[in-house]
Amino acid sequence: MSTTTIGEIIRGDAEVFPPYLYEAYKSTIRRAPTRALVEVPLTLSELTGPGPTISAVTPDDADLTRNAGTGGEAMGQRIIVTGRVLDASGAPVSKTLVEVWQANAAGRYIHRRDQWPAPLDPNFLGIGRCHTNEKGEYRFLTVMPGAYPWRNHENAWRPAHIHFSLFGNSWASRLVTQMYFAGDPLLPLDPIFNSAPTERARAGMIAAYAHDVTEPEWALGWRWDIVLDGPDATTFEPPRVESQP
Amino acid sequence: MTRLPPTASQTVGPFFHDALMRPDARCDVLVSDTTEGKRIRVEGRVLDGDGAGVPDAVIEIWQANHHGRYNHPSDTRDLPLDPAFTGYGRIATQSDGKFCFTTIKPGPVPFDRRRSQAPHISVAVLGRGLLNHLYTRIYFDDEQLTTVDPVLQRVTPDRRPTLIARRDNNASGRDKVYRIDIVLQGANETVFFEIAGQ
Repeated sequence: MSTTTIGEIIRGDAEVFPPYLYEAYKSTIRRAPTRALVEVPLTLSELTGPGPTISAVTPDDADLTRNAGTGGEAMGQRIIVTGRVLDASGAPVSKTLVEVWQANAAGRYIHRRDQWPAPLDPNFLGIGRCHTNEKGEYRFLTVMPGAYPWRNHENAWRPAHIHFSLFGNSWASRLVTQMYFAGDPLLPLDPIFNSAPTERARAGMIAAYAHDVTEPEWALGWRWDIVLDGPDATTFEPPRVESQP
Repeated sequence: MTRLPPTASQTVGPFFHDALMRPDARCDVLVSDTTEGKRIRVEGRVLDGDGAGVPDAVIEIWQANHHGRYNHPSDTRDLPLDPAFTGYGRIATQSDGKFCFTTIKPGPVPFDRRRSQAPHISVAVLGRGLLNHLYTRIYFDDEQLTTVDPVLQRVTPDRRPTLIARRDNNASGRDKVYRIDIVLQGANETVFFEIAGQ
């Protein structure tokens, strides 16, 4: 990965966020912007956001092993995935929507565009959502996703991962990312994971096995905390006064 | 205190539709019959560096209501909330890269204690090949405030048109139609934003 072309345009902390152009991930070549980003100050448009207004969820939404509506249970290693959503000051982000999706235990997505010859699981959609609680905690019950081939390069396989989408408290705190699993041998080979520029940024995307979350005779536990960018989770701040540019 | 580093972003990938475009999560029509304001339809395409439509992108929008009030606790101004309007939309592109959403024209919101911003819609673009989502805005060519908008003033004049939707005066139907493309890369590349403080 060290010899790939990496673009200069990065949104956010350059030690954390991937550049838009990372040629080893081939789809970026025609989709990465080439012009410098323009800075917009924190106006009400950026300080507000849809976080508090998004749809209600049910407990079933957080149980991916059973929410396919078939009455059956998904195949694969049952896992609990949990953690806290925090802002950069360390304060919990409560009542925010977390949406997740993933491949099944064989590494196959239900999406019609995924046609590689791994079996579909009729009892698994791979879709979940929940709201974080007062402590900023989210919790899902699912199965360990399999790796899947994606033709980006010769013999290319995505490491096992769960897609996460979060809103946070403001337009600026929106995050779409992927959670990986500690010890996965495919991680060093994956251009998407390796587009994160520093060891620390990459480590921040990896869930740790958590034996204290594991429930005996039931499910293995994995813990992953998420830190959202953007203004801190303090509400009721009046719009900032902008000085003359 | 030391601030925590944020979690890095990754691409939304090509397989998000079943998860993010669920019937109660997708929203390309933000209005009901009781929503206050002038109904508008915004149409366009997301295009890549070859000028090809992007069939697997999703755009999210966020805007104020007809009065210029955001449905969020940080907007405490004495303006009415509209119970028939949240201001949030999520729209997936079609196979030719087209997107379309129906909303109301937002009212202007403040820039600072002295100046207003022109009516605008905040936009986030997500997709395969985007390792971090892109922020942009949609302004309107028939709003007088657009020419003096403080954020648009920060954009070089030759690039401002990429953010200004054009009213289609030939469109029929009850809603006013505006057209704008979101060009990820290339000659008419849309202006994308960095939000201050990040």
